[in-house]
Amino acid sequence: MSEEQPVAQHGNGRNATFWMPLFLAWLLALLATAGALFLGEVMGKTPCVLCWYQRIAMFPLVLVLGMGLYASDARSVRYALPLAGVGWGIAAYHLLVFWGVVSEGLVPCGKGSSCADADVQVAGAVPIPLLSLAAFTGILVALWMARARART
Amino acid sequence: MNRKWIVLGTVAAVVLAFVAGVVVFTNRSNQEVKQAAQTFSDALVRPHSPIFGNPVAKVTIVEFFDPSCETCRAFYPIVKRMVNASFGQVRLVVRYAPLHHGSDTAVKILEAARQQGKYWEALERALAAQPQWAAHDRPQPQMIWDLIGDIGLDMAKARADANGPAVDQVLRQDMADMQALKVDRTPGFFVNGTPLREFGEAQLKALVEQELKKAGAP
Repeated sequence: MSEEQPVAQHGNGRNATFWMPLFLAWLLALLATAGALFLGEVMGKTPCVLCWYQRIAMFPLVLVLGMGLYASDARSVRYALPLAGVGWGIAAYHLLVFWGVVSEGLVPCGKGSSCADADVQVAGAVPIPLLSLAAFTGILVALWMARARART
Repeated sequence: MNRKWIVLGTVAAVVLAFVAGVVVFTNRSNQEVKQAAQTFSDALVRPHSPIFGNPVAKVTIVEFFDPSCETCRAFYPIVKRMVNASFGQVRLVVRYAPLHHGSDTAVKILEAARQQGKYWEALERALAAQPQWAAHDRPQPQMIWDLIGDIGLDMAKARADANGPAVDQVLRQDMADMQALKVDRTPGFFVNGTPLREFGEAQLKALVEQELKKAGAP
């Protein structure tokens, strides 16, 4: 990065310092996606409505950020941030529902599994929405770092 | 190292870990279900359960059955044909797993019909019309009464029996056994005590064949 010329918006190859945080964000999304699919498809836990909305935000991140990494394209951060932001909001709301701060009556969770059910836990201790919130938080921080580095 | 290879390698590693997780988890849960079937083997067949076919058949298919379940409906003729084609070697024992909303009411009506010896007629009527009464968001199991109005039941007695203690006891026992045997979806099959783990018509037939061979049937 010693050259004088400004860093290109995209495609600036192997010297790009945004690559590492972008990779971290993508890895978190990949692990979260694999984890969600394992819980739902293998362990047979039916995702509740709010879980589905978080999945809708999380799954595309794997592809958007994956393409960005593959092409070393910093612009992918711009397209990933809204997804991660919306996902973070839903995860935070879900956690409030799970902890009983917000009444579940506000969300139609009648059919399928309940969003406030104790079943939304891993290993009987960690609530899945908390894991989801942690993943979205990590992705947002990593994306923010990637954006900051891409701009300098 | 090329960054593209880092991305591809990470994808491969996560996919591999996922597949390994599937294998480990499936093995473990299969083991648990087998264990439960062995530990609670007396929970498989209770004297109160409806039996289709030769009561002293060598091979017993235990089916945890939900009258509202579409797959149970689809399997009913398959299992019936297997029993009928077995020349008295295979019997079906029906246990209840009322996992859907309203299924308990449907079971009670069927059990009331059984007290008057009209169980299979009532069951076939109920299954034939299942799409009408068993919508999962708005089940109307009471509709079954109209469906079985002309099979020769004393309806007043049947309505009283459906809410009686004998039927209630059957339902409670079956639900307790369902939990002990870790049946969490329907239809849940056991053939001579072996749980059918990989679900499917061919798999069920293979398991029955295997048990027939073990029993030394011709």
